[in-house]
Amino acid sequence: MRGISPGMALILLLLVAFIVAALAAPWIAPFDPLRQSLLMRLRPPGTTVAAGMYLLGTDDLGRDLLSRVLHGARASIAVAALSVSISLAFGTLLGLLAGWFRGWVAVAIMRSVDTMLSIPAILLAVLTVAVLGPSFLNLILVLGLTRWPRYTRVAYAQTLQVATLPYIRAAEMAGAGSARILWRHILPNIAGPLMVVATSEFGLMILFEAGLSFLGLGIQPPYPSWGSIMSVGRQYVERAWWLTVFPGACLFVLVLCVNLFGDWLRDRVDPRSQGR
Amino acid sequence: MIRLLAGRLLQAAVASFGVLTIVFFVMRLSGDPTLLLVPEGASAEQVAQLRAALGFDRPLVVQYAAYLGDLLRLDLGESLVQRAPVAGIVGERIPYTLALAGGALLVALGIGIPAGILMAVHRGGVLERALAALVLAGQSLPTFWSGILLILFFGVYLGWLPTSGADSLASLIMPAIALGALTMSTFARMARISVLDELSRDYVTAARARGLSVWAAVSRHVLRNAAIPVVTIAALEIGNLLAGAVIVETVFAWPGIGQLAIQSIQARDFLVVQTVVLFVSSVYIAMNLLADLAYAAIDPRIRGRS
Repeated sequence: MRGISPGMALILLLLVAFIVAALAAPWIAPFDPLRQSLLMRLRPPGTTVAAGMYLLGTDDLGRDLLSRVLHGARASIAVAALSVSISLAFGTLLGLLAGWFRGWVAVAIMRSVDTMLSIPAILLAVLTVAVLGPSFLNLILVLGLTRWPRYTRVAYAQTLQVATLPYIRAAEMAGAGSARILWRHILPNIAGPLMVVATSEFGLMILFEAGLSFLGLGIQPPYPSWGSIMSVGRQYVERAWWLTVFPGACLFVLVLCVNLFGDWLRDRVDPRSQGR
Repeated sequence: MIRLLAGRLLQAAVASFGVLTIVFFVMRLSGDPTLLLVPEGASAEQVAQLRAALGFDRPLVVQYAAYLGDLLRLDLGESLVQRAPVAGIVGERIPYTLALAGGALLVALGIGIPAGILMAVHRGGVLERALAALVLAGQSLPTFWSGILLILFFGVYLGWLPTSGADSLASLIMPAIALGALTMSTFARMARISVLDELSRDYVTAARARGLSVWAAVSRHVLRNAAIPVVTIAALEIGNLLAGAVIVETVFAWPGIGQLAIQSIQARDFLVVQTVVLFVSSVYIAMNLLADLAYAAIDPRIRGRS
């Protein structure tokens, strides 16, 4: 690919590293992330034992922090990828329908978009997860089914624009049905802006997963998530700084990379926004 | 102006109605809302009794009408866990959250606006780069991490500030910074863009040609025009700050409605959670409305449009 700056290359490299770490966690983690050792509670980074070294220290139950952080990357990326896929598909479909059929369909869909956007997303997620009970599946469903309005807005506005283009009229006159036109002719043309939204939502979903897990409403113990590790770390903040610093740093760097990648993508898709 | 006002009010009413409806159905997602409201360890008979008493055995439509009727009369119900009216339980925590959001807004405005203006005026300079890094950090730092880092540094390492609670004004400093960081970035970006837009206009070029310095042009002409988008964003951000308080209050054990919501989930006191969501959403909608109206009041160009 042309035009990738060294900075951008580093960001892409880091993103790939996170994904590889998440996928390969069971093989590269030095310890079992769930194995407790009460004699080794809250040991600082670099503590050496016969079985190896606790590079990032241990948590309140004597579990290896590095292994837990590596496995935590799995939770973050899996939740974000799955929930973004759901909301992207659902939101885009509604936006396409609203933009294509217009009239009362558009009014109904876009009014629900406005309404969804007037409830703070994190509160809606907190309430829904609390009612349904926290679990991996519920977390993905809740995030997936509450975050569609932004895609709908973009898909709607883009479809309105594309639908008036001559080649769409031509396809219509050639006898193509609505479903075929939307899928074959409109969707490929509006995919760019949607991917920009999806990227920024991906970063946001990583933060939501961590935030909900921090509040005890996301990934449930003993399974590791950066958010839940940090919520234990908050309790031991005066004795074990490593429990909050390391998972938080991973979260920060990952989200930063995703956001910078999103900015870069936006500049490519929409050159007018460059430099803003 | 009146048409605009009526249109916006209608929009807010539709949104409020939508929020009430969504919350109603979310509360019934688990099937039987009685189970969400009974204290733990209630017997099957007690549950059945309560279901009848609360009317959850009626058809959904009837329940929905009754729910809307109660809310219209501002009857928020009674917490069965604490045996007290929900309005009072939530009401006594609201001042804490408002204080926190106010502090965060102060941090955001106090740092964000000057930073944005400096970035615009010193475009391409070292100062812009340094401030851009600050803005980027504010945008990407998760509040619960920046909060804990503040606790580690100022609370544990330096020992200057209390690490939790709300005992004095000093307790407010760290939560306000953690909560305000994201909003600060938003303000800085908005201020930068709107000052840049204004700086490129003809009247600024004319003023500069008359020999006015950049700073004089900025302070005399640009800021007034650049303020419009910032005022709008400020109103919207108040809603975001209230929502963000859920996490920040949990980090700092700040006794506001966010911490209350999380504690109530653990105590299975769902009527309190519902009330917090309804309260924050109402403020959110009201602030949206206010932002639109403020925009119209400040900028005469908007009034003609509907």
